[in-house]
Amino acid sequence: MAVHHGRGFAAINYPIGMNLGGDPSQALVHSNPDGKFMVALSSIDLGQGMKSVTRQIAAETLGVPVEDVYVDTADSDTGPHCMGSFASRGTHRVGNAVIQAAQEARAVMLEAAAEELEVNAADLVTDGKGNIHVRGAPSRSITTGQASAAAQFKQGRTVSGRGIFLIPLSEVSPETGEMTPVSCFAHAALIVDLEVDDETGEVRVIEINSAYEVGRALNPKLVEQQLVGGAWMGLSHALYETTEPYYPSREHGPVDFNTYLMPGPGDIAPHNIAVLERPAPDGPYGGKGPGEMCANPVLPAVANAVYDAVGVRIRDLPITPEKVLRGLKENGGARPRASRANRAR
Amino acid sequence: MAKTPIRFSHNREEKAVFVDEGANLLDVLRRSIGDLTPKYGCGQGTCGACTVLVDGAPQLSCLTLAETVDGRAVDTVAGLSDGARLSALQRAFMDNFAAQCGYCTDGMLMSATALLKHNPRPTREEVVEAISGNLCRCTGYEAIINAILDASQGGARRTG
Repeated sequence: MAVHHGRGFAAINYPIGMNLGGDPSQALVHSNPDGKFMVALSSIDLGQGMKSVTRQIAAETLGVPVEDVYVDTADSDTGPHCMGSFASRGTHRVGNAVIQAAQEARAVMLEAAAEELEVNAADLVTDGKGNIHVRGAPSRSITTGQASAAAQFKQGRTVSGRGIFLIPLSEVSPETGEMTPVSCFAHAALIVDLEVDDETGEVRVIEINSAYEVGRALNPKLVEQQLVGGAWMGLSHALYETTEPYYPSREHGPVDFNTYLMPGPGDIAPHNIAVLERPAPDGPYGGKGPGEMCANPVLPAVANAVYDAVGVRIRDLPITPEKVLRGLKENGGARPRASRANRAR
Repeated sequence: MAKTPIRFSHNREEKAVFVDEGANLLDVLRRSIGDLTPKYGCGQGTCGACTVLVDGAPQLSCLTLAETVDGRAVDTVAGLSDGARLSALQRAFMDNFAAQCGYCTDGMLMSATALLKHNPRPTREEVVEAISGNLCRCTGYEAIINAILDASQGGARRTG
């Protein structure tokens, strides 16, 4: 009886979003007379940073400070339509919709400012601090608040914009089955080091090293947070979580947090992440979407590492001690991969 | 149903309420007192989202009979900050990005507050032990552990 070390590797190509009905999302942007902007979305922020990222994108496009932008995701009944927060699509789909809406609102804001300054709107630039001025003549200036107030109370304009992002539904070729459902891929490569106890079947993850390519990291701290937490969830799916451990039998299914297992704070391993930024041509400011994809490479890497450690190939998740022990029994014991013996530990 | 009058200190303020027989502390805090910081998660003491301090010790308010806190001190996240001035622990949670959806955060803060009060210089293992009754679905715990260590006196967070 012994504890065997194993190392597993996996790399993924992750399509951002999906293509059902073109996978569209809409955004509406408008200003208030005080020059602050509202971005209305139905896209839900469940902690992944949707509001922060769309706020940054709107501020960047409008040319106003980020604190002058408020993102309202309060109600999917009253907001513009969104397909939802899933498939790592939020930053990419909604971000693009926000850019389009913010560009339209910005154009109206500049027209309102041009009328007040008695210049051509094409000659106006924003400084990102709440001021609009004539290119090359910073003293010929008006604040975004003054421009919005003039639009509202003098000119009778709405400083507003509409945006939608849609990738037209891809037809399937009847001859070959080919289609082009997505335009943007994120990537990851991940190595898991773990130990398998051949007496208990338990798997203990020792360390994870990974590289994630997510386009431009629009908010690097949120990207890091998402990658760490998402990889943890991948590990949880690889080793612990299931609602039906003996599917299709419903027996022994968990009913509460005592029986639905997840790794706790004592079960986590160090995870060293390298974020690679390759801006996506069709992404909002190059962003893709580090959502669901951060969990995906962990599962095959863990399965490969278990195979590396004891020679048991497990094809259905999670990799429970019971499955490991049954595999060991079938193989007549642990069969560490030959290459493993040569590796220094 | 008979109502029982109880008095207790809620975040250092005296409160007197009538509670239903068998009412749990979580319901009393949320519905009678109006303190929504303790969260209802599982309702059976396995997730830790409802953690509050009773006489300084972390306790699962969903499993605590309200009547048992009569004459005692109950502390929640609502009492951690001084107005807009956050506690050092709350600031460390922000600085370390230790919250995503935020549902576990109040329970985590209370478990960590109790730890740091009794053990101002915890080891990483002691931090892990202190929050082992609090489930988090988003962060993978690392950021939370680092935040608590940062808020402690000279605690060493994991590097690399």
